[in-house]
Parts: sequence; C-alpha cells; structure tokens
Amino acid sequence: MLELRAVTAGYDRRAPVFRDAHLTVAPGEAVGLLGPSGCGKSTLARVAALLHRPDAGEVVLDGMPVRGFRHRAPREQRTTIGVVFQQPRLAADPRLRLTDLIAEPLRATGRRASAADRVAELADTVGLTPDLLGRRPHEVSDGQLQRACLARALALKPRWLVCDEMTAMLDASTTAALVRVVEDYRASTGAGLLSVGHDRTLLTRWCDRTVPWEAVAAG
Amino acid sequence: MTLVPLLSVRDLSVRFLLPGGRRVDVVSDASFDVAPGECLALIGESGCGKSVLASALLGLLPANARTAGHAHLGDLDLLTADERTLARAVRGRRIGLVPQSPAAHLTPVRTIRSHIEETVARLTGVRGRAARRKAAEQASLRAEFPLGHLDRHPHELSGGLAQRAATALALVGDAPLLLADEPTTGLDRDLVDRTVDELRRHVDDGHALLMITHDLAAAERIADRVAVMYAGRIVELADADAFFGSPGPRHPYSRGLLEALPERSFTPVPGLPPELGNLPAGCAFAPRCDRATDACAALPPFENTVACHHPVPADTSHAIRTPEDTRA
Repeated sequence: MLELRAVTAGYDRRAPVFRDAHLTVAPGEAVGLLGPSGCGKSTLARVAALLHRPDAGEVVLDGMPVRGFRHRAPREQRTTIGVVFQQPRLAADPRLRLTDLIAEPLRATGRRASAADRVAELADTVGLTPDLLGRRPHEVSDGQLQRACLARALALKPRWLVCDEMTAMLDASTTAALVRVVEDYRASTGAGLLSVGHDRTLLTRWCDRTVPWEAVAAG
Repeated sequence: MTLVPLLSVRDLSVRFLLPGGRRVDVVSDASFDVAPGECLALIGESGCGKSVLASALLGLLPANARTAGHAHLGDLDLLTADERTLARAVRGRRIGLVPQSPAAHLTPVRTIRSHIEETVARLTGVRGRAARRKAAEQASLRAEFPLGHLDRHPHELSGGLAQRAATALALVGDAPLLLADEPTTGLDRDLVDRTVDELRRHVDDGHALLMITHDLAAAERIADRVAVMYAGRIVELADADAFFGSPGPRHPYSRGLLEALPERSFTPVPGLPPELGNLPAGCAFAPRCDRATDACAALPPFENTVACHHPVPADTSHAIRTPEDTRA
C-alpha cells in the first residue's frame, strides 16, 4: 500500500498548501486524483513520490513509515517509486542524450553494466527509435521527451508510479500511447498508480477509481 | 464560403537551412483562408510545423528560414513584406498575437497596467497620461481583465488572468486578424473553456481568428473550420461540425487523432511522426496508416477537403462515434 495519513504540506509552515490529506493506493490499483489548477495536487504528488517533506502526517510505503524525503529518503524506498512530471523540458537535464537520461537511475543505483540492454528494452517499450536515443532534449519534441521521461521512471521497475499531469502538454495520440505504456507496465508487474490531473474524462477512462481533491485534503 | 477572406494563404512553404547543407521542410504547400467572424483551428501533433507557420505569418522566422508561396492579408503579402512594414503596420495593428504561455510573454518586473499602457501608447493615437490610463482600462475590460488586478505583476496572476492580460494586449491595436498559438496549453478544463469562449466572443465581434492548438476539445468548442496538419502539410481542411460530429474526418490521420481521445477509443496512432528533415517522397503518413497501398508512394494531391489516396468515404465514417472499441 501507498498511504498518505493526515499529511499537511506546503512551502511555508504558517501557510500550508493543504492540510490533513488522506489517500490510499492499493497494489495494482490505479487511482486518479482530480483537482483544478493551483489546488495543491502537484505538491501532494511530490509528497507521495518522497520528493517533498510534509510538515505533518506520514507517508507509509508497503507498511513502512517513510522516515526521510528527497535525498534523505532511504534508497530501497525511493527506488520503489517512479515519477513522471508534467513538463518534460523541466524534468530533463538538457546536457544528457536521451539514452543517458533513461540510464541515469540505473547508473545511480550501480546497474551500469546492464544499463545499455535495459535502455534498449525501455526505449522499445515507450516507442522511441534508436536514432532518437542519441539526441539531446532540444533536438526532440515534447512528446518524444516525455516518452524518455516515462522510460526513465520505469527503469528500476518501480512498484508504484506517480504521474503528475503526465499528458497535459501532449496531443491526443501521444497521450493515448503513454497511458497504454503505463497500463501495459502495470498489467505485467502489478504496480500501483497515482495519477494526478485536471482532465476528468482522461482520468475516468484511465484509472480504476478517481477521487476529487475535496475528498482528499482540506485547503 | 461566401465571406471574403481576410487572410489568404497559398502554397506556403517554410524550409530551415542547417549547417552542412541539410534542409528541414517544416511547412509544405499550406493553403487556407480565414474570413472575418470566422475561426479556423489548425490542429496537429507537437512538432508538426504549426507554430512555425504562425511565425511565418508574423515575419518572426529565424534567419536561416526560407519561405515560398503567398500569405495575403488584404493587399499585403506577409511573406515578402519588409521588416519595417511588419513592425510598423502589421504586428499588433493588423495581426494580434495571443501567445502560448502568457506568463512567459509578459515582462516579470512590470505591472499589467504598465504593459497595456505602453501598448496603447505605441499602437494608438491616444496621448496624455489620463487618456492613456482610460484607454488601458477600456482595453482590459474588453478582455474581461478585472481592473482591480491591473497593478499586479505577472507572477501574482493565475494562469487564466495572465491569459486575459495577454489577450487584452492583443486586442489593443484593434487588429482584424487574431493569431492564437496554443492559448490553452497547461490550463485546466474550466479555464480552457473560459479562454476559448472569450476568444470566440472576439470572433463573433468580427475578428478573424487563426487558432493553433493540439487540444481537440478546445478546437471543437471554438472552431468553424478545422485544418489538420501532419508533417508540415495540411492533410485535411473541413467544416468543424462535420469533422467532430457526423460524418467525421476523412483523412486516416485525422481519424486516428480523434479516436485517440479518452472519450472515444483511447487508441494511439501507431508509430511516430516522421522527421521533418527526412520526409518520404510520398505520403508522410503512409508508414503509420492501415489504409496505405502502393499508391501512397506518390504524394497525394489536396482534393476537395483532404490530401489522401484512400480517404474514408464520407458516408460510412459516421461509425467513428461508436465507443464499442475497447482496446485501450
């Protein structure tokens, strides 16, 4: 289970973005979190992905309370979560070729030797052709870069995926393609998904259940 | 189309010349008209050449771009006009640009009032502080920008208000043609609806609007006609009602794009779009197309409303609305 218990978080302790949020994602379950722009759903996604330390409350991952966030998150917890952000341009180091971008989690966790094979496998999964892998982010389209970011999120075979507006910048066809990649991955691994967004039609079609922001947290 | 077009684009092509003699065909032979009181939505995947087409119309292409064809705005050809004419008589005065990501379009260290007053001073004959202030407030109201927010800086505005501020700037010069480049990217559905409804209001006031977008729902809400762009070419140009409703799109790519919507079959178009620097000689969509045959090795001419050797017959394509396809 990926659980948020009574989480309060924000960027100023005196004015948290949201208070007392409760959310549970069961293994293999796809949960869509629906909210308007600026409601704090991206902050919640960052907390769920262990990228932002909450002011209060706890995140419980497979029964283990999370003790540290961001770089202080224990590696065995951090690597069980894959994250995809809204804007691939801001989520990709402009100096890295796509192949290195995808391989980064593998190198960071000492899987350098097997990285080349795994990158080829991942590129095939997300539909990137070999000639695209040699390019840097400014040489590919938003859709192609987001494919690479999704491949990077899947590199360590996470048990949990957090997608924060993964498709907001993308056209309909690329959206459908990336959602299919996520769903194929979940079908073969049983991973759970938290998908955050504002598109009701999309999340309803994609997820097992969708929860409105008001049901999760107080502002 | 009984209306006299305001903007008439014929065989517009844009090529980028790259070091080493490489050439990228970003836009090829685009032809379309936009009339006053009409909205044409130009839709397609990111990277298909939509925004470059907009830049070409404004004379804002980088130095390594080469254009061909015509883009007549009244009696002026935008492609051959010199920079002086474009800067002094066209941008802001005859073409208003509603930009992508308005927050980035505005100057972060200045208030919205200062933006609008400067634009008023540059584009209109209004002189004197009090008159300029009044004109700026009128411009804000036309775009439904609340006067109480005029003294705020761009970072103090929500996405929707920043969008209205940018729209207010585009409307100051009372340009007959509005050009909106992805005006709804990153906004949530309610804001998208509000933004396109506001743009529609300006169309109904008599402006011509060319809206560039990959958001099909926004296009459906606002457009009178739809142009679908694929790999730099307009492959279909159709009436919006027929396109989104019945009988539906006729080009296989347009159909694929619509079918990819989550409210339809949510099935992606297989494969990736071709590289614009390495386009096939024939139909660029053929490698991804389930209707492709040997005929597709030749470039399909644009006939009637579609450029395809095997367009979907207009009378059978109503099946596209049925949601029984659950492969997604």
